[in-house]
Amino acid sequence: MELLNLARQTILTPYGIQDGDIEKIMNRLLSSPVDAADIYFQSSHSESWVMEGGIIKEGSHSIEQGAGVRAVSGEKTGFAYSDRIELSVLLEAANNVKAIVRQGQDAHVGLVQAANRQQFYPVANPLKSLADQEKIDLLRKVESETRQLDPRIEEVIVSLSGGHESILVANQDGSLAADIRPLVRMNVTVIVVENGKREQGSMGGGGRSDYRYFVEQDRGLAYGKEAVRQALVNLDAEEAPAGNMTVVLGSGWPGILLHEAIGHGLEGDFNRKGTSAFSGRVGERVASDLCTVVDDGTLPGRRGSLSIDDEGTPTEQTVLIENGILKGYMQDKLNARLMGVKPTGNGRRESYASLPMPRMTNTYMLPGSHNPEDIIKSVKKGLYAKNFAGGQVDITSGKFVFSASEAYLIENGKITRAVKGATLIGNGPDVLTKVSMVGNDLELDSGVGTCGKDGQSVPVGVGQPTLKIDGLTVGGTSV
Amino acid sequence: MQNQQEINRLKSIVQSLLDEAKQQGATAAEAGLSQENGLSVSARLGEVETIEHHCDQGLGITVYFGQRKGSASTSDLSPASIKETVSAACSIARYTSEDSYAGLPEKALLATEFPDLDLNHPWDIGVDGAIALAIECEDAARQYHEEITNSEGATVNTHQGIHVMGNSLGFLQGYISTRHSLSCSVLAQRDDSMQRDYWYSVSRNALNLESAADIGTKAAERALRRLAGRTLSTRQCPVLYSAEVASGLLASFIGAISGGSLYRKSSFLLDALGSQVFPEFMHIYEQPHLLAALGSAAYDGEGVATKTRDLVSGGVLQSYVLSSYSARKLGLQSTGNAGGVRNLTVTPGALDFTDLLRQMDTGLLVTELMGQGVNMVTGDYSRGAAGFWVERGEIQYPVEEITIAGNLKDIYKNLLAVGNDVDYRGNIRTGSILVEQMSIAGE
Ligand SMILES: [Zn+2]
Repeated sequence: MELLNLARQTILTPYGIQDGDIEKIMNRLLSSPVDAADIYFQSSHSESWVMEGGIIKEGSHSIEQGAGVRAVSGEKTGFAYSDRIELSVLLEAANNVKAIVRQGQDAHVGLVQAANRQQFYPVANPLKSLADQEKIDLLRKVESETRQLDPRIEEVIVSLSGGHESILVANQDGSLAADIRPLVRMNVTVIVVENGKREQGSMGGGGRSDYRYFVEQDRGLAYGKEAVRQALVNLDAEEAPAGNMTVVLGSGWPGILLHEAIGHGLEGDFNRKGTSAFSGRVGERVASDLCTVVDDGTLPGRRGSLSIDDEGTPTEQTVLIENGILKGYMQDKLNARLMGVKPTGNGRRESYASLPMPRMTNTYMLPGSHNPEDIIKSVKKGLYAKNFAGGQVDITSGKFVFSASEAYLIENGKITRAVKGATLIGNGPDVLTKVSMVGNDLELDSGVGTCGKDGQSVPVGVGQPTLKIDGLTVGGTSV
Repeated sequence: MQNQQEINRLKSIVQSLLDEAKQQGATAAEAGLSQENGLSVSARLGEVETIEHHCDQGLGITVYFGQRKGSASTSDLSPASIKETVSAACSIARYTSEDSYAGLPEKALLATEFPDLDLNHPWDIGVDGAIALAIECEDAARQYHEEITNSEGATVNTHQGIHVMGNSLGFLQGYISTRHSLSCSVLAQRDDSMQRDYWYSVSRNALNLESAADIGTKAAERALRRLAGRTLSTRQCPVLYSAEVASGLLASFIGAISGGSLYRKSSFLLDALGSQVFPEFMHIYEQPHLLAALGSAAYDGEGVATKTRDLVSGGVLQSYVLSSYSARKLGLQSTGNAGGVRNLTVTPGALDFTDLLRQMDTGLLVTELMGQGVNMVTGDYSRGAAGFWVERGEIQYPVEEITIAGNLKDIYKNLLAVGNDVDYRGNIRTGSILVEQMSIAGE
């Protein structure tokens, strides 16, 4: 109740919209025989601060609000949105979208509050968790302490950003659900130079929390240290190897493997349409029996977590792969209905101005039994990839890439030399079948992931224990 | 006439933002406002799938208090919101530092001529017309071959936007532009091999779009030719970037000579001005005033006049890509590139695509690239790729699950040819590009 009222006050009250108005818009939508309809209200405040060249260089503040109106009939969707939260505008939008179905009927639905949902993050505005001067002081402290870490550091760039988003979603059954979502992020990038050779390193983190997160446990300073360490490692890196070889992936952020190799391919829309390399494969073996992979939106405070998704469905832990067997897909309401399964709380949208789709939340592999050191020891010749930049997948062919930003050669069971970053490429439906060892060191990433699909960006999390893959193509230059 | 009225209405909002900034004590300010309306309709398997009505607006302001700066933006154009947004920007400027390079552009550089660049061509297609066109396009793809077994659909997009910007130096301008596209994406299947590919056409003027039938046919051909792809053994060989992916090589080049990368010293082309970056035959220039082109504009994101100018001639780097801020940081003058380059053009060579295949003789034709894989500080380049293996100038078979790698400095220096098969669909216009040698990693 508290949450719903807070969201009403933030989004609707400034524009004089009452529950009765939402009912009017919904009834307008339902005056065509649609299978589903929703109205999504959103209001978000965000800010960012950048320190660079030793000064607080930039700051910006942004307010965004609006509403999206959707009607669905079979596989057909009508959608309109407006940044004006006004009854007349939204009624007009409802008229436009219900035209997806041409006949008319009478409808009446009254709003009821959706069942209370456990909250996985605080509702307080993170932008107010520190005074502006304290944000500046935090940036300065991280910058100056990072700069002092090594004489080879030439430039340090520290950024701090936060967002506070309130959403309300009304569904055709009259249920009205709300969520209030904080999100903060800090990032440190350094450029180092030695004998005219330059490299950069970058580290950041955050989550659905507030700015004190970066002060606690000196996390902000730790990002700086890690960025410097990575940059210095790369300064000494040699040519990366080229070809197919055994690859050991580090724990944490390298879990982007799971996101690209199987995560996107297990989103409901692609599987309903039969366009994914995983289509129709539920119940089949898609990974070695050491692999159990879940998508979990319920982890407290995580960047990819949601109490409810953007269609009002409570999030859950969805088992995607259990002991190597494909168990199911991630679903929004539309695709769940068309496939005859339950929605899994994965219906997400970038904002009121875009349609929801099945999207990942936090995707990770459960830990196995091996010591990470033993995994390295077991490799005669291969690559140890500890850190990654982004990735991409072609869900139809199953081919995926992800780019290592910190990697080492493994020779005779020992990590020997640092090698330059390189892109790794593989086939999603095969790659996990080649997992021969799974570490006992499950770690989630520090909170930096952003996933893009059809032009929509949403925050996500990934994680995994140390993994050994018996054969992945490494795109270096040293043949 | 109605258009001019609407531009004037938005201009008055921008002016009120600038006035409010002055009122609140800012010594200088810059503001922009855009409003866009559009329709996006997609059809899949012969039926309409989504109808989206778009309507976006947003304004942003940057204020200066001496050398301190603050920015704010909102999607709410009401007078109360304007006041709040300006206050938010001013309050931020209290905390940012004095930055001697910050500020508006020099007045002398601001655009004073505003030619009609022929960017506004509304498309009165309507929802029903768009549905019919999308279905026609997808049909052409699905009926092309029995191995086209599935579809992601075809989409018609039409958008019109008004963009107004002004600053406290007295600059206040606006223009209307349109952008329309038609795209199609289908799947081909043979035994265990399933491949997807697409084609699209985009233009300021719907009359210049490729026909629905051509777009569908190309999407189908592209998906079919990828079937039964293989990987390659690890090797070094020449690589031909087809025109639609060659623009990516140029985008990295532009990133490396952009002011932001240069003053941060995070570019592999530091101090390259006046030096030989490409072979002598390379000529790269900007054409911001091309009529009806996708990247055209009379002024950049700060109001600075854009100019037709050489970036590379005789293979030698002639100029950087600078905004006012990055120019001051480097002790140079803005090149009118706040917001990027406009209609960047590589002068086409004499060879067409078939000639280029022949010149390469044996090597890799790349038609798709995956992942980011470019280190802008060092120029190290490693990306996922798909395409075709070529022998004796003839395509032999599709390849996939490989990477191509090298260093961009070497890649640029060792370009062998640029084709005349220019892809005009983006802001970077180039033909296919033949690279002497790269490392291929595969099985
Ligand atoms: Zn993703």
